[in-house]
Amino acid sequence: MKRVTDKHRQDDWNTEGGGSLALSPEELREPLFEGTPALKDVTETVSGVVEGKPTRLWYATITLTSGLAGWGILTILYTVFTGIGVWGNNQPIGWAWDITNFVFWIGIGHAGTLISAILFLFRQKWRTAINRAAEAMTIFAVICALIFPIIHTGRPWLAVYWLLPLPNQMEMWVNFRSPLLWDVFAVSTYFAVSLMFWFVGLVPDFATLRNRAKHKIAKPIWTFLSLGWTGANRHWHRYEKAYLILAGISTPLVLSVHTIVSFDFAVSVLPGWHTTIFPPYFVAGAIFSGFGMVLTLMILARKLLNLETFITRKHIENMNKVLMATGLMVGYAYGIEFFIAWYSGNPYERFVFINRAFGPYSWAYWTMVTCNVFIPQLFWFKNIRRNLIITWVISIFVNVGMWFERFVIIATSLHRDFLPSSWGYFIPTWVDVSIFAGTIGLFLTLFLLFAKYIPVLAISEIKGILPGAQPNHSHH
Amino acid sequence: MKKTAGVSGLFHDPDQVLKAATGIRDAGFRKFDFHTPYPLHGLDQAMGIRRTILPWISLGAGLLGAGVALHLQWWTGAVDYPLVIGGKPFFAFEPSIPITFELTVLLTAIATVVGMFALNGLPRWFSKWQNDAHFTRSMDDAFVVTIDAEDPAYDGEKTASLLESLGAEQVRIVEYED
Repeated sequence: MKRVTDKHRQDDWNTEGGGSLALSPEELREPLFEGTPALKDVTETVSGVVEGKPTRLWYATITLTSGLAGWGILTILYTVFTGIGVWGNNQPIGWAWDITNFVFWIGIGHAGTLISAILFLFRQKWRTAINRAAEAMTIFAVICALIFPIIHTGRPWLAVYWLLPLPNQMEMWVNFRSPLLWDVFAVSTYFAVSLMFWFVGLVPDFATLRNRAKHKIAKPIWTFLSLGWTGANRHWHRYEKAYLILAGISTPLVLSVHTIVSFDFAVSVLPGWHTTIFPPYFVAGAIFSGFGMVLTLMILARKLLNLETFITRKHIENMNKVLMATGLMVGYAYGIEFFIAWYSGNPYERFVFINRAFGPYSWAYWTMVTCNVFIPQLFWFKNIRRNLIITWVISIFVNVGMWFERFVIIATSLHRDFLPSSWGYFIPTWVDVSIFAGTIGLFLTLFLLFAKYIPVLAISEIKGILPGAQPNHSHH
Repeated sequence: MKKTAGVSGLFHDPDQVLKAATGIRDAGFRKFDFHTPYPLHGLDQAMGIRRTILPWISLGAGLLGAGVALHLQWWTGAVDYPLVIGGKPFFAFEPSIPITFELTVLLTAIATVVGMFALNGLPRWFSKWQNDAHFTRSMDDAFVVTIDAEDPAYDGEKTASLLESLGAEQVRIVEYED
């Protein structure tokens, strides 16, 4: 393709004929690409990953992760056939690892839609390098999350009547006044909308793969999945409108999902759960943990799939800034919870929070605070925000810290009941640990399959923001 | 039997695409299109594409979703099987908001995606242009213009030379097996 030079630079920001500035705002910004990739380079890099043979490392890793996922499935079957008594939760801790893991995975699923919807509405062009993988991660995380509420019902084959308003022989309906039911609708809507959003983004890229494919099996698969996309501008016109509408409705959706998850706790009357700060606190925490996981996976994918041209240090730095902003919000919420516990004058509320920080679970509490509040403060330094290895290590701390946050909220509020005679202490069983490990295995297996067989970068979206890719209106 | 699909040509410069789009429209063509690897800003206006009705479909589905959700919660809880739970009213708007919101979003999203593909006439796994080499490049690195032979203003070689005068490269008449 003809190289497009500076005079054709994309300048949405320029007013008509605004040539008085020495540099356009675009030129003052750090470029989003390393070097100057052409349209062809985008096609080649991304299709190359799909069309190439998997490496030995890929086979070795997926054997390990799918083995872990298999072990998780076996322990789920063991749970279902034996009963949930094989888990460590018991009175007074009726919710433990199951709901902790559910909230943990749902939280991770929040980065994808934030990147694809909210950053799209804010015209954040850097999102195109990471949105595809983050959306995939969202879908896989929600799959992992959905496992827990379904199996914690004990008899999952009956759960459909407990969770959905289906006519049945008892002529009874689900309780629409319960936050647990709101959650069913929120999470399943979130899953469905994320999946559709992801697929719509993939259709043009499947068409690119279809046009290149020669393999007897690959060609019909890409043809089918691309739905016959031809790239006609009359189609793009409706496509862009659809994308905008999806982004518009996904923005309140992503904020609603963790809000409703937090209602599971906040609408109850339990000290430590019954607080009005929960919805924004949970949403900030979800975005925080989601970006943590995006960084964990994308730093590795960037290296292993040679995506350095498209995922630059600027992208990593931007994500670290989001991580830090949401981390500070989470830290603020931790603080304000203590203030309100003191200010409320409610002795039970005060007890729960003092017990949380200095009681039997204080080790978990301080792990959480260290991972989520103290360690991310390193991102105040630009050098650290742009350092891939340190960022990766911090992202692991964030993942760990956010799991502990949910565990702390659930276990510490439950383990010391109003009646001291029923106090207890939760210890997970090997089944608890195995099922959680199994979902990690499942998540990584799905991500590995995605990274190998589906375009990891949004080909058409990246092409649209390359320098010189758009017509230069000021020359008309 | 071989049939003529129309003429097709290549562009590499996005600015030229916009000029060509205006030129083709001014020459009286309606059944033409540009196949591009990504949406080009301003091409809709240059081609004179009318705004899609898709947002109205989305809005209708969203309203339907809200209505269905409210009706479902009211009818099951207050009419079909009223059950006192925690002394709360059988139906109230406040606890009905989350599910109403979720179903509004769900139906809007489904209608938007299905509506977009349906308005585009997709899925359709056959295109008149698919065996042309230009077509392959349209999802890669070139902007491909096609003028349909069914357009009343279409006139074989004359249309081809119009495209050439507008800056298209490798202009040719494309045929397909019917």
